[in-house]
Amino acid sequence: MAVRLLYFAWVREAVGTGEELVDPPAGVDTVAALIDWLAARDPAHADAFRDRARLRAAVDQMFVPLDASIAGAKEVAIFPPVTGGEATGE
Amino acid sequence: MIRVVVGPDAIDTAGELDRIEVAGAGAVASFTGLVRADDGVGVLELEHYPGATEAALVALAEQATRRWSLAAATVIHRVGPMTPGTRIVLVATAAAHRAAALDACAYLIDRLKTDAPFWKRETRAGEARWVDARQGDDAAAARWHD
Repeated sequence: MAVRLLYFAWVREAVGTGEELVDPPAGVDTVAALIDWLAARDPAHADAFRDRARLRAAVDQMFVPLDASIAGAKEVAIFPPVTGGEATGE
Repeated sequence: MIRVVVGPDAIDTAGELDRIEVAGAGAVASFTGLVRADDGVGVLELEHYPGATEAALVALAEQATRRWSLAAATVIHRVGPMTPGTRIVLVATAAAHRAAALDACAYLIDRLKTDAPFWKRETRAGEARWVDARQGDDAAAARWHD
């Protein structure tokens, strides 16, 4: 089933797009498996996802760990750890 | 009454504070965050996750409203490119008494830095760089955990 992928901040820049629609095979059932599948398909994705410890994810706008299921997901977002709203310091 | 706005428009502090007073509570506390010029930052750009950001801020405001019995909570967050001195965030809380309003305001500003999907990019001397996550922000947010 097609899943809408969203990327933010430097992940978006490294992947080269902020949004794409993909149709992963049945065995790709977690965020981590999705990341592996995307990285295997394309060098820009592989580069963006090289350091998994620097990636965070949301499934249908809920923040989840990378081992979370994507079964039935309509939207998966992959992004760096958030760096907060508010001013640059304090 | 919860009011959350995320967008590129300038923040009207006076207008927002007037608006939250209408809740009729005895105490209104607020925090305004401005873009700092630290270390030669010329432009701060804020990216966010539209939809998820607003949902995260509403959830935080609801938690604060329950915990401190607030009459109203307002979170206005600016996104996009901003220069030093620009208002980037306004948090305002209305409660029956000052302690609840002040504590809830501090809670919201600490939590929104770690719980809302914002990413900062700083431009110094023409060079743009994404800001890394700060452990200090996690510590500030953690002090509110029960």
